[in-house]
Amino acid sequence: MSILDQPSSSSLSGGVTRRQAWGLVGLLAAAIVAWLVFAVWPQWLNAILISKKAFVSAILNGLTLAGLYFLVASGFTLIFGLMRNINLAHGSLYLLGAYIGYEVTSRTGYWLLGVAAGFAVLAIIGVVMQVFVFRRLEGDDLRQTLVTIGISIVAADLMLAVWAGGTYQIATPEWLDGALTLPIITAVRSNGASVFLTYPLYRVVVLAAAIVIGVGLWLMLNKTRVGMMIRAGVDDRAMLSASGVNVHAVFAIVFAVGAGLAGFAGVVGGSALSVAPGEDVRYLLASLVVVIVGGMGSITGAAIGALLIGLAEQIGLVYFPTYGVVLTFVIMVVTLAVRPQGIMGKAR
Amino acid sequence: MSLATAADGAAPQQNWLDKIGAGHVILAVALLLYPLVASDFFLTQIAGYSMIFGVLSLSLMLLAGYGGMLSLAQITVAGIAAYAVAILGSNNSSVLGFGWPWWIVVPFAVAAAAVSSALIGWISVRTEGIYTLMITLAIATATFYFAQQNYAIFNGHSGYAGIHAPVFWGINWRDPKPFYYLCLGLAMLSYAAVLYGSRSTFGMTLQAIRDNPRRMRALGYHVTAHKVFAWFLAGILAGLAGVLLVWFNGRVSPGTIGVDVAIDILIIAVIGGLRHPIGPFVGAIVVILMQTFAIDIVGAERFNTLIGLAFLVIVFVSPDGILGLWGRIKPHLAQESLRAGP
Repeated sequence: MSILDQPSSSSLSGGVTRRQAWGLVGLLAAAIVAWLVFAVWPQWLNAILISKKAFVSAILNGLTLAGLYFLVASGFTLIFGLMRNINLAHGSLYLLGAYIGYEVTSRTGYWLLGVAAGFAVLAIIGVVMQVFVFRRLEGDDLRQTLVTIGISIVAADLMLAVWAGGTYQIATPEWLDGALTLPIITAVRSNGASVFLTYPLYRVVVLAAAIVIGVGLWLMLNKTRVGMMIRAGVDDRAMLSASGVNVHAVFAIVFAVGAGLAGFAGVVGGSALSVAPGEDVRYLLASLVVVIVGGMGSITGAAIGALLIGLAEQIGLVYFPTYGVVLTFVIMVVTLAVRPQGIMGKAR
Repeated sequence: MSLATAADGAAPQQNWLDKIGAGHVILAVALLLYPLVASDFFLTQIAGYSMIFGVLSLSLMLLAGYGGMLSLAQITVAGIAAYAVAILGSNNSSVLGFGWPWWIVVPFAVAAAAVSSALIGWISVRTEGIYTLMITLAIATATFYFAQQNYAIFNGHSGYAGIHAPVFWGINWRDPKPFYYLCLGLAMLSYAAVLYGSRSTFGMTLQAIRDNPRRMRALGYHVTAHKVFAWFLAGILAGLAGVLLVWFNGRVSPGTIGVDVAIDILIIAVIGGLRHPIGPFVGAIVVILMQTFAIDIVGAERFNTLIGLAFLVIVFVSPDGILGLWGRIKPHLAQESLRAGP
């Protein structure tokens, strides 16, 4: 809140600043959500929102999906923010990671090995792409983007050639199977016993992993020297180069992390959902919308965007099945109308 | 971004041949006589289809070349016209289908396409350059998923089938020769319109906005309005192409407006070149020929790899596509270009 804003906002009503007002609104919203989640619902609310179980499940599914979207989109947004090219092959990286995870897991039997392989192989592919493709087209953002289109077409076709059109499911290890009973009462039986909500343990783990990686990325970007260089590159690439930093090395690191995260998300997502051709486009769309909504080049923005889109998608799926995509679309259009640079984006 | 340049206004004393350009006349005569030598397959599947996609890519070239706005939503706009034809006209999917005559349906379909194009434009001109590509791709993908999920309007996954081209003046316009001339007529008209439009006041203003929006704004031009109007015009072209596309296929489904098709349009425009309105047509012929005959070269399945690789090579070698290659070879041949170049 700048000094200039003070008089106008304090004169609004009884000395409540705008920030305080927003805080109150936020607190109220949080209280309503908390009540919706933990309270036993009265009958009229069940009538409006189908049932408490459907509502809370939609929210939890939305959070899990948001975690997945965040993993995919964080790499996308970093690459975009730093290199100004849209990596339209990002969805292909996700799908390739999923296939590699499937192969490694089904051959060795170790799921964690599959996850590691998904990350490592894709990170290497990311570096290779950066060195052999993008470095050659330095400074020509449009051609870099066009090249990623070509790569995504070839990649999709070759993956179809190797893994055919079938649907795969990556087997999760036993210690991740099973359900977790959450302290959320969905209904009270007539004999007074409470029914608690159960939720797949694996999905909770996905969400936790996304949060851990998100915090890790934030720490890396904000507390380490490499992160400082990346942030400087997002703000002004030329100046970073002029101050003696090897920009190419920074680009390679970002590409490795971004592509690796896409591969990681592929394995994790392929275990929770399924792996099939066409998933690449789905996750590309998700990354696009998340980054448009959240703001280009911002990890926090990607988290906020992923949360909005994931929740919108799942809630839309439960309450207006055939118009679910429209909700996502409306969020994007409203964001563009109100804040063209995205929620956390900086105006350029 | 490849920059299209409008030719200087022709001197007033030129005769009509100089004004139109000998290349254009030769090309037009050749295309008019083409049905004499071509089989039905080459008339519709190759020539007609190429011209439909040429007009679609032309609408992209109009936006990208003159306006600097790279759109991936052109097939979405064409799809809106195609769906409008299916919904307002008659189809045999027993969903909607108002059964209006074609001469009411077509203007409505094209108008719907143009208005939605203007809306897409209005959304996307809030951002610039590479962001436009991203937003239009998101719009195209979202529309695809929406059409696939929604049964009330789009009839879901199966879409609409049994849409017939009109029959009037005793001619079934879906027969090979009439359909070819229909496509040729539209292609020539849109090509001439874009060429003329690029030299009009509006075209000049649009190109100036592409080159320096800030200066144009300072000079008092309404930058957003000009850009949105360009989207509207491009929407008319894409809508007309969409109408022909649905008559050609006889059906429309979410697959018609899929992301792969959206990317195909961009590939056609980039392979052809965004400098001149002829580029999209050159690109369309090359890509359609490749799509049709790549099966014979690399087998039925892997032709997408071939197209992707060809696209990669073109982007790497020549940023301006085939027209750019031609522009580089031309001085070596030391002869006049066939067309009156820009």
